[in-house]
Amino acid sequence: MVAARMQLTLYTVLLLNFFNSFVSALYFHIGETEKKCFIEEIPDETMIIGNYRVQLYDKMKEEYMPATQGLGMFVEVKDPDEKVILSRQYGSEGRFTFTSHTPGEHQICLHSNSSKFSLFAGGMLRVHLDIQVGEHTNNYAEIAAKDKLTELQLRVRQLVEQVDQVQKEQNYQRYREERFRQTSESTNQRVLWWSIVQTLILVAIGFWQMRHLKSFFEAKKLV
Amino acid sequence: MMGDSRRIRVLVQVLCVHLLCGWVLTSELTFELPDNAKQCFYEDIVVGTKCTLEFQVVTGGHYDVDCRLEDPDGTVLYKEMKKQYDSFTFTAAKNGTFKFCFSNEFSTFTHKTVYFDFQVGDDPPLFPNENRVTALTQMESACVSIHEALKSVIDYQTHFRLREAQGRSRAEDLNTRVAFWSIGEAIILLVVSISQVVLLRSFFSDRKTTTTRVGS
Repeated sequence: MVAARMQLTLYTVLLLNFFNSFVSALYFHIGETEKKCFIEEIPDETMIIGNYRVQLYDKMKEEYMPATQGLGMFVEVKDPDEKVILSRQYGSEGRFTFTSHTPGEHQICLHSNSSKFSLFAGGMLRVHLDIQVGEHTNNYAEIAAKDKLTELQLRVRQLVEQVDQVQKEQNYQRYREERFRQTSESTNQRVLWWSIVQTLILVAIGFWQMRHLKSFFEAKKLV
Repeated sequence: MMGDSRRIRVLVQVLCVHLLCGWVLTSELTFELPDNAKQCFYEDIVVGTKCTLEFQVVTGGHYDVDCRLEDPDGTVLYKEMKKQYDSFTFTAAKNGTFKFCFSNEFSTFTHKTVYFDFQVGDDPPLFPNENRVTALTQMESACVSIHEALKSVIDYQTHFRLREAQGRSRAEDLNTRVAFWSIGEAIILLVVSISQVVLLRSFFSDRKTTTTRVGS
């Protein structure tokens, strides 16, 4: 009974800590109305988890405020066919997840909902961002706890996930190489076709010019 | 009962690892850098951490970008102009915010897509090991070396994919250029040849009266 309650508490603390643990991520600055996009070229059936935290610049204190009410970010994710697969607004701290169904370049775009902040238009936002792809999205601590794995089993599980990712990437590479080959063959065909057509056009025009001028001069009684 | 207490112990260990591993991070991003633009990224690093910055230009122009890495005091640790791909490892000598910037300010109309990979510190341990003092068993060290090898395989795959993306975007560019050029040149040929004939006819139409006068 006590053990079960303790486990529950620990799970909860672990989960909460997981959400807060990326405090020291990479950050960059964008304008309030600016849209920033990142490209992720991934094979299909790959999961991506993005964590972000955004801070608004306080001109009076000349520093970035830790949290602002009402400040949020729109996250928009487009798949390689330009179809939107995720479009949601999150608060000043958020986490978005999606899984790719087509291989290729996915675009993750962020912009703030700054219409409310038009008073501070021209303000800067500090965005902390962390994007994890594929094998890095696995939370091994959770997996170990859920499946009750020993250390060795967990290590082997990690190796299995990594090899899985390598395999997916190889498949994607085969698909890309096929596309590349198709493009090259199409260029080859086009160049061949065009050179034949150009030669025909040149010869035809030559004939037409000579014939036309000959009949013109004959009409003018100069030949 | 035994399973429960063991699980609790595991959870406590995992929690400790989570609290400790806040300073370990790998950031890998691909972004578009418009012409005449500069994009900077910042990271808070603890002294003594070994960090690696790797970048590669994926598409755009001559595939080159300026890169600059500064420590919290503004001292430039790494500065290269018009580099296509590079990897730089350093150990943080100070606590604070390190800044690295990519600049496309030398280019007037090509925007570049830049990929970078910034690794801070070593990977966190997978599973907190109670008896970390004792050496790893043979199986465990085999697993560790396979893991390291696979990490470098994945790294090479990423760089290969970026190079392939470069080649592919060039090939697709070439394909569209050939299409436009062939149609354009066919049109130019037709226009030039017809106007040649028309011009020639106009010469003779104007001078018809003058030639007959000269002849007689």
